[in-house]
Amino acid sequence: MNFSAEHLIGLALALLIILSFVGRDNPRRAFRSIKAFKELRRSIELSVEDGSQLQISLGRDGVLGPHSAAAFAGLTLLNQVANTAADSDQPPIATTGDPALMLMAQDTLRHAYQRLEIPEHYHPLLGQATGLTPFSYASGSLAQLLDGSVSASALVGHHAEEAALISTASGTRGAFSLGGSPDLSGQALLFASTDEPLLGEEVYATGAYLDAGPAHQASLRAQDVLRWVIILAVLITAGLPLLEGLL
Amino acid sequence: MNWRVHTPVAAAVAIVSGGLVLASLLIPGLDEARNRVLNWAILLAALGLLLGLANLFRVHWEKLRNRQNPAYSGVLIAAMLVTFAVTLWEGSRAELPSWIFNNIQVPIETSLMAVLAASLTLAAARMFQKRSDRISLTFGIALFIILLGSGPLFGMEIPFFTRTLTPIVSGFLAAGALRGLLIGVALGTLLTGLRVLVGADRPYGG
Repeated sequence: MNFSAEHLIGLALALLIILSFVGRDNPRRAFRSIKAFKELRRSIELSVEDGSQLQISLGRDGVLGPHSAAAFAGLTLLNQVANTAADSDQPPIATTGDPALMLMAQDTLRHAYQRLEIPEHYHPLLGQATGLTPFSYASGSLAQLLDGSVSASALVGHHAEEAALISTASGTRGAFSLGGSPDLSGQALLFASTDEPLLGEEVYATGAYLDAGPAHQASLRAQDVLRWVIILAVLITAGLPLLEGLL
Repeated sequence: MNWRVHTPVAAAVAIVSGGLVLASLLIPGLDEARNRVLNWAILLAALGLLLGLANLFRVHWEKLRNRQNPAYSGVLIAAMLVTFAVTLWEGSRAELPSWIFNNIQVPIETSLMAVLAASLTLAAARMFQKRSDRISLTFGIALFIILLGSGPLFGMEIPFFTRTLTPIVSGFLAAGALRGLLIGVALGTLLTGLRVLVGADRPYGG
């Protein structure tokens, strides 16, 4: 039997549904600790206390491209940050290089303000498209970072080389920075230039680690199961010809 | 306007569209419906481009009014209006819009690329000050080996690096690690996509 992409999608969907109901209250299934998320939580609390601002950079790839999943992870982060910090003196601000993502960021923020019952505090410019090309997006985000009273900056979404400009500016300002991107060059640059980088699939674990809901936790568990399936598949497909050769 | 009424409608539209796209991946014969939904999405995204421009204009207009770095915002608004008017008048493939793009936009972005090189050197130095763990050490050693093996240094080639060590590090060790990262990214993308398509996660505020 050939294992195709459709089989993987079907298996992932089945796992997502099963793990949404099974074992979600089991304390033994706690996730490993990721320092980046601990530090992010601390930064959110500190920003609320000292009245400074949090900047979430959602990247420059929209919701239609292959990297849209990272943008959705960024929106989840924005939602969780807004739930905590929207009623502070300096509400969180979202920057992006894609107009569709800007609209979604504005919508996410507006709903957070409605949930907190302070819709009058919401302003559409809290979600900004700072530029529509990679470097214009970065320079616009950078200006926002340097002009405001930003104490923490999180880059979660599709970022490539331009991410280093934003995260280095954040470091120069003394602000905490966290970054994750599906782009490999972006990951390498964020590893070097942020305080806490998110590597590989960690960027998609944002919701699960920031208590965004059971679907996020089920999704992370399904991801772990599928990883083991792939490891076994790789070992079997590599080991079988070797065994055949030996026998 | 009561947005609470609109939220279930937005969620329903998203779940139905997502469900259709997901079903078309698993059930044969739904390709045409999927393509139609995707074409609508592309059309809406193109409309979003105009809204993005309007947002950019508004951000800098507010900055201009509040005298917050007004010179930069003034230049941006003036350039935006001129480019928009010229492109609208002559068409995007005409000579003048192409000249503006090739002689203003491209050099500015290239200069930012040059700034990036300086930023990265600074970032690498800072990284070793801030984090001195095993991963950072591995990153630093790999960086050192690949830099030394990527070409002649001051006109001198170091054969041990260029012919032996760098191919091993970049061709085997780094390639294996990259594949591992890509598998993680692919799984994360798949599960996040499924979560959004079945409506279990609604990051559009619903």
